[in-house]
Amino acid sequence: MSPTPPDGAPLPPAIEVAALRRTYDVKPRPVVALDGVDLEVAPGEFFGLLGPNGAGKTTLIKILTTLLLPSAGTARIFGFDVATDTRRIRRIMNMVAGGEQSGYGILTVREQLWMFSQFYGLGTREGWRRVDALVEAVGLGEQRLQRVSTLSTGQRQKMNMARGLLNDPWILFLDEPTLGLDVSAARSIREQVLAWKAEIPGRTVLLTTHYMAEADELCERIAIVDRGRILAIGTPAELKRRVQRDSIFRLAVDRLDGGPAALARLPGVVSAALASDHAPDAQHVAVNLVLREDAALGGVVTALARMGSQIRSLGKSEPTLEDVFVALVGRGLADEADDTAPLPPSEADDDLAAAHAPSHDAEAGR
Amino acid sequence: MSAPHSREPAAGGTPRAMTPAERRRAPDPRAAADWTARQTAETNLRALVGRAYPRVRGMFREPSWLFFEIFLPFLGTSAYVLVYRALRAPEAYVGFVVLGGALSAFWLNVVWSMAGQLYWEKSQGNLELYFAAPMSLMSVLLGMAAGGLAMSSTRAVAVLAISALVYAVPFHVAQWWLVAAVFALTLTALYGLGMMLASLFLLWGREAWHLTNVMVEPVYFVSGLNFPVGRLGAVGIAAIATIPFAVGLDAMRQLAFPGSGLLTGTPTPEAEALILVAMTVLFSVAAHWSMGVIERMARSRGSLSIRWQ
Ligand SMILES: Nc1ncnc2c1ncn2[C@@H]1O[C@H](COP(=O)(O)OP(=O)(O)OP(=O)(O)O)[C@@H](O)[C@H]1O
Ligand SMILES: [Mg+2]
Repeated sequence: MSPTPPDGAPLPPAIEVAALRRTYDVKPRPVVALDGVDLEVAPGEFFGLLGPNGAGKTTLIKILTTLLLPSAGTARIFGFDVATDTRRIRRIMNMVAGGEQSGYGILTVREQLWMFSQFYGLGTREGWRRVDALVEAVGLGEQRLQRVSTLSTGQRQKMNMARGLLNDPWILFLDEPTLGLDVSAARSIREQVLAWKAEIPGRTVLLTTHYMAEADELCERIAIVDRGRILAIGTPAELKRRVQRDSIFRLAVDRLDGGPAALARLPGVVSAALASDHAPDAQHVAVNLVLREDAALGGVVTALARMGSQIRSLGKSEPTLEDVFVALVGRGLADEADDTAPLPPSEADDDLAAAHAPSHDAEAGR
Repeated sequence: MSAPHSREPAAGGTPRAMTPAERRRAPDPRAAADWTARQTAETNLRALVGRAYPRVRGMFREPSWLFFEIFLPFLGTSAYVLVYRALRAPEAYVGFVVLGGALSAFWLNVVWSMAGQLYWEKSQGNLELYFAAPMSLMSVLLGMAAGGLAMSSTRAVAVLAISALVYAVPFHVAQWWLVAAVFALTLTALYGLGMMLASLFLLWGREAWHLTNVMVEPVYFVSGLNFPVGRLGAVGIAAIATIPFAVGLDAMRQLAFPGSGLLTGTPTPEAEALILVAMTVLFSVAAHWSMGVIERMARSRGSLSIRWQ
């Protein structure tokens, strides 16, 4: 059901995707990047796509930004078909990707942004005004006359963010916009986006990220994707409720032979995955454990002792998106995305298995 | 559905609707997507200027190019001048060489800079942003051409002025308007070719780089950079029929050094002007067409960017 403005004319969804497939013809065999995606995002929503590497997030964004054609199925932006109505879509959208190196190093921050403003048809002076306002807003006031080639990663990304807002898009696509940024730069970017979005109702944002906390903080709804499919859609709270009845523990051990997979195999363990904030050089191994019930903890502790692992800390905790992600995808973002990853524990868990079928989503979310 | 004024989104697969209050304030994005013909044209023009801007900025910001772009070509031209003088060739030859040296600035710019430009933009990640913006790709190409033109014109004028002064070249221009027209047409044909090459290079990728090598020295030779192209007979005629640099140069020489009797075996400057018109049209149409093909191909193959996260 799409929202209807008071004048009676129905406002189409900001994003409407149906049975979307995309394959790449590459050797040795074609890659299926999107395998039947259905998605609806309302005008004004902040929507997140969460998924491991290669899940198809960027592919979906490229299709929605008219840079890539669907192999099958349809996608519409405010009712405009991405395959045929590219002109109209390009007038009301913009996109920013993490690690973007766009522009010309010889220009200053101000000049580069002004150049881009001209591509959107802003008037000469209007362009400068808008650039100066955005440069201040993203916190690049001091660097405004600095050459683009001399910016740090964080400064550069703030500039890219300003570029994405130049034309005040109705829909903004952010592909891992805080990739590689430190905590404060990432926070500044997030605040910038939120402030910009709040100015006018109806501004819509689609964000992909690997940072669960970022998705949790920003997004009103999130779709968890893997291997070109949507595994679950819902608000962060709804998604977390899926693992609520399980027991969730944060475990730190000095070492873990066989990795989290060794724990995932134990009876009563729904999933075990490296914590995504786990630093590889840390003095301990941090694992997120999802157990069917608290009683299963005894088996885990015994197994750890048998494996020669010393427990540094162990505590029960509230579910996070990370736990939902692991439960659905079968591995954590910090785990190697290879075939040695444990089987999706959901196969042993009927409720979560139901979530694998997108058609069951609406019910599963309640 | 969510309660009307709560920030809590609706459940599951149902998108969160805007609150009625928000809906009342929200303009319709579809209205912003409909542009008048004037808006479209204005954006394309602004995009052209926007794309030319970094070129012109860079020109002033890093003046080291002046040395390479003016002094080195001047040396190359000087070598031929000295040889012709030593051989006691007719003085008009000095003029031919100086004119060739000046015009070659545009050819080099087209081959080295224009042709590979879109490919470079693709590897930088700019190309995607260009496609995703609401302007026509032709504006970007024209902007690149305009920026390149500003730079090469400076070089051409400098080489021409310095050589003419140092070697006291005797220009005898009678038909100024025709010189101006031929010069302008040479540029439109050259940059039309540049735009076409830019899109072809994008299509062929790195293999196309070999083409640039073919397009400098051999083209200089068949176009008669340092001697009248008529001397090459059939090869010279073929060059005049296909290479804008060859036609433009020959026509300019005929107009700047009339009656020397050394420029034989090529069409009249008027006929050559028509050839340049035909080339301009042909190359521009081809550029426009290949941009369309590239966009369709890239969108279906997924090859608009090299960096893909
Ligand atoms: N241009 C391309 N040509 C061939 N295969 C591609 C291309 N782009 C993506 N793929 C493949 O499609 C699949 C999905 O890739 P995509 O970039 O959409 O994933 P992603 O979710 O954005 O991943 P990441 O988190 O690593 O950015 C991958 O298997 C990838 O190898
Ligand atoms: Mg990606």
